[in-house]
Amino acid sequence: MKLPLSWLADWNDGNLDPGVIAQRLTMLGLEVEAATPVGAAVTPLVAGRVLEVRPHPNADRLSLCRVDVGGGEPVGIVCGARNVRAGGMYPVALPGATLPGGLAIKAARIRGEPSAGMLCSGRELGIDDGADGLLGLDAGIAPGADASALLGLGDTVLDVNVTPNRADCLSVLGLARELAAAGIGRAREPGGTGIRAAHAVVFPVTVQATGDCPRFIGRVIRGIDPQARSPLWLRERLRRAGIRSIGAAVDVTNYVLVELGQPMHAYDLAQLRDGIEVRRARAREPVALLDGRAVEADPEVLVIADGSGAIGLAGIMGGAGTAVGEGTQDLFLECAWFAPDAIAGRARRFGLHTDASVRFERGVDPSLQQAAIERATQLILDIAGGEAGPLIDAGDAAALPVRQPVHLRRQRLARVLGLAIPDGEVTRILGDLRMAPVAGADGWMVTPPPARFDIEREEDLIEEVVRIHGYDRVPETRGGATARPAAAGEAAAPLTTVAATLIARGYQEAITYSFIPAERDALFGAVGCAGLALSNPISADLAVMRQSLWPGLAAAVAGNLNRQQTRVRLFEIGTRFVPAADSTHREERCVAGVAAGSRWPEQWGGSAKPVDFYDVKADVEALLARAGALAATIFEPAVHPALHPGRAARVSVDGQAAGWLGELHPALAARLGMPVMVLFELQADVVSAHGAGAYRAASVFPSVRRDLAVVVAREVPAATLLAVVREAAPAILRDAFVFDIYTGPQVGSDEKSVAIGLILQDTSRTLTDDDASAALDAARAALGHRLQARIRQ
Amino acid sequence: MDALEALVSRAREAVAGAADAAALEAVRVHYLGRKGEVTALLKDLGGLPAAERPAAGQAINRARDAVVAAIEARRAAIDQAALDQALAAERIDVTLPGRGERAGGQHPVSRSLERIEAIFRGAGFAVHEGPEIEDDFHNFTALNIPANHPARAMHDTFYVPDGRLLRTHTSPVQIRAMMREGVPIRLIAPGRVYRCDSDMTHTPMFHQVEGLVVDRNVSFAHLKAVLHDFVERFFERRATLRFRPSYFPFTEPSAEVDVLAESGRWLEILGCGMVHPEVLRTAGVDPEEYTGYAFGMGVERLTMLRYGVDDLRLFFENDLQFLRQFS
Repeated sequence: MKLPLSWLADWNDGNLDPGVIAQRLTMLGLEVEAATPVGAAVTPLVAGRVLEVRPHPNADRLSLCRVDVGGGEPVGIVCGARNVRAGGMYPVALPGATLPGGLAIKAARIRGEPSAGMLCSGRELGIDDGADGLLGLDAGIAPGADASALLGLGDTVLDVNVTPNRADCLSVLGLARELAAAGIGRAREPGGTGIRAAHAVVFPVTVQATGDCPRFIGRVIRGIDPQARSPLWLRERLRRAGIRSIGAAVDVTNYVLVELGQPMHAYDLAQLRDGIEVRRARAREPVALLDGRAVEADPEVLVIADGSGAIGLAGIMGGAGTAVGEGTQDLFLECAWFAPDAIAGRARRFGLHTDASVRFERGVDPSLQQAAIERATQLILDIAGGEAGPLIDAGDAAALPVRQPVHLRRQRLARVLGLAIPDGEVTRILGDLRMAPVAGADGWMVTPPPARFDIEREEDLIEEVVRIHGYDRVPETRGGATARPAAAGEAAAPLTTVAATLIARGYQEAITYSFIPAERDALFGAVGCAGLALSNPISADLAVMRQSLWPGLAAAVAGNLNRQQTRVRLFEIGTRFVPAADSTHREERCVAGVAAGSRWPEQWGGSAKPVDFYDVKADVEALLARAGALAATIFEPAVHPALHPGRAARVSVDGQAAGWLGELHPALAARLGMPVMVLFELQADVVSAHGAGAYRAASVFPSVRRDLAVVVAREVPAATLLAVVREAAPAILRDAFVFDIYTGPQVGSDEKSVAIGLILQDTSRTLTDDDASAALDAARAALGHRLQARIRQ
Repeated sequence: MDALEALVSRAREAVAGAADAAALEAVRVHYLGRKGEVTALLKDLGGLPAAERPAAGQAINRARDAVVAAIEARRAAIDQAALDQALAAERIDVTLPGRGERAGGQHPVSRSLERIEAIFRGAGFAVHEGPEIEDDFHNFTALNIPANHPARAMHDTFYVPDGRLLRTHTSPVQIRAMMREGVPIRLIAPGRVYRCDSDMTHTPMFHQVEGLVVDRNVSFAHLKAVLHDFVERFFERRATLRFRPSYFPFTEPSAEVDVLAESGRWLEILGCGMVHPEVLRTAGVDPEEYTGYAFGMGVERLTMLRYGVDDLRLFFENDLQFLRQFS
């Protein structure tokens, strides 16, 4: 809400220093987000009537004006504006004045002619009135009047962030009251005398939905001047409040909305048929809106209708066909109270968010309608003339909300705040908030004013009291909770240790969006199982919840390579959203990584080879080893749509699927314009587990190493060779590992030679050569028998 | 005796002139070997009168010891020189960088999350997590935001087709935790949250840490103390805080917390308040017996303030030039 302080001054008689007001409002919970000066005070600046305009004898573009600036003789002023005309009333900066741009006004000769001041445009005074040329003042003003005051120069507009619970503060009046409650000035109350009807014409109003619209006050105003323009002061106030001037009648309804917080609507009476009806819309009932759109309402929506059907969305927006236009002479004014429940959420359905809907859905003061329509009527009569008819009052006033008394307990107040506020202070605060506190034995009974829809329970009052008393006066108290410490099992290491492992191995942590483009989701392996698509994505690039962390990481790699990075290692810990059998999904926490570029950073003593499967496998193994899971892990060749078919491994731990490791499929890489990269993705619970750490005494007897070289078919996996060895060897086998692989002329073209090291050790004695030879023989025999391995000499 | 002194003197000269271990060995053989000069003198002792023998023998032995000492000293010097030469040949350039992998780094948002968790763990808070795809009940209704509540407009919500939504805050974790574990409870809930909003100062995904404490006699004064301590630990400086009235449907009284920057401006850093009685009731807690406080902070915002990052979007661009600044 934009609050011009000059307008506030009409409603609060306090000292309205902009800095002080901004600070107080902010500390009342009405955050002032900006304080913008409007125009600078210029003195002397007076209203001047141009009596005569003559061409300047020495300059084509200038004119000589004789101007009545009040008192004494008219003065001569040289003017360059095109729109200056005799009889016009304009602001005149007299000698001694300084304009906001820094121009000092002096009596001077301009091209030989004397000029005793300057006729000013809005822009020159720091007001952007959207017009070129001189700023026209209203003709009725007396020459010599202080134009600075007339124009409201030296004003400040506060941009107040009003929270959804405080609809009562969406008006100049509401903010004036709020400041008064906080000890700044006194607020003026709306009211004044009723306007006497100049004729008896009424327009029939029927409220069918009295629960939704307990009060509908209307009035016919006949014979207004269709050409009448809102006066500058009103247009300027609306402009400062952020509202565009449209025409006198509409401007006045907007003015009352900003001033009192009561939305109103003005109809062209000549366009209304039969009578007004307030009712729920019929199914698919068409409404042609003021903004030019045609929408369909339904029975959830309250409409204003006439004999021709729905002509507006009640409390949201009026209709195009009945709007006030340039030829409107007779008006019908609507000033209603719509129940928040009947309006809330409705505007949003139509993509609307209007000044009216915002106020009605949060709650308009139900006691305000008569004062508002009288205020609006008076302004219209003043500006556009015409004759007001009697008030038309429809609805069912008994259905208007009545604020219920709320009990505030002294002891509860102190317990929630941790601060005992003296009774007298509480009573004073509640009184200043116009809440009529009545003291009782244990506290107060409090009846909030009609505008305060947000006061329904004790907590609401506790907040009110401490808000005015000051949050800064609540002490800081340590302690106060007895909750037991959380039990985190030793087996669950925090994911930060997983991150630390990867960081130590050269990976940089990334955070990518959880939503990705649908086609990326499909390309990275989600073919056939549609991901979880958002109903209202923000863009096609952020449309589907990811089923893998790879698309985001791969895109981050590509982005970095485009930024001239040559080597990228990234990891991310995050959730993937996997479709489940029952058409819902599972959220799985994953650790994923990607490496592209050289194996090592470019360096003087290292290999410049590109990173390959085994480099990244070492990182995966490190994670699994840290979690104590490596011994139970199996890497097996498998097919994944996003991975190279010959360089992909499914990772299982204890027989359970745990993730994938492999090189990005070259076809996919080419399609996405991405380089070769190696990717892994592991379920977080697998790598964040912790080894159990069971103790086994180390053997004190020496170990023996024996090596063995076998020739097998190339496609026999190393893991199979080792598994056969482990199975065949006696219990003294501690470890078996591959330490060399040979392919080449020494073996067949479809063969390889694999060298295996065996570590043998017993816990009870020193091994003999015979023990070692027996173990080696067993391994050889099993390899020959099971895998047709030849022993290489 | 002069002859003996001359011999020692010659021997010393020869030792000094031996350039390496072989030359030195030749000198030793020449004087001390089986046919050496000193050895010959000792052999000749037998020809002296018995009365002179002891004195002459002592003098020859002294001369021999002197030659031995000179040779040993020279040998040590030669060995040292050889070692020095060998070591000099093995000199390397210690200014070259170490071999192998360079360390990576943690994302600054993760770093903040880790620090925030550590600070609150130290204050006895447990860390809870919850689903990122939530239902309307936990994200809104249970937090006192019924359908059509104007506060829903403040949460631009992403929906999925079955009517569930991407959580707009981590507050639903409070509800799940209270319903599961009951009270007293003292937790924080870090995690990703989503809002349908994207511009200079908003990203559609960001991180939040929600806090909740429910116990008998928990007050606004306790909340102020916890948050003041947190802010001072997080920023590692004395901090002036301002608790400013605000509105959240799930707390009352509610406050925004501003911290006074060195520039003299107030910077909004988090929202908080006393848990609304309706929220407690919905979670099965009697608000007459228990009170509680809750707070929520944006991790990206805190990270920006901590490290002086001026553009929120940098956190999700994953540009190594940015990320490496936090290693």
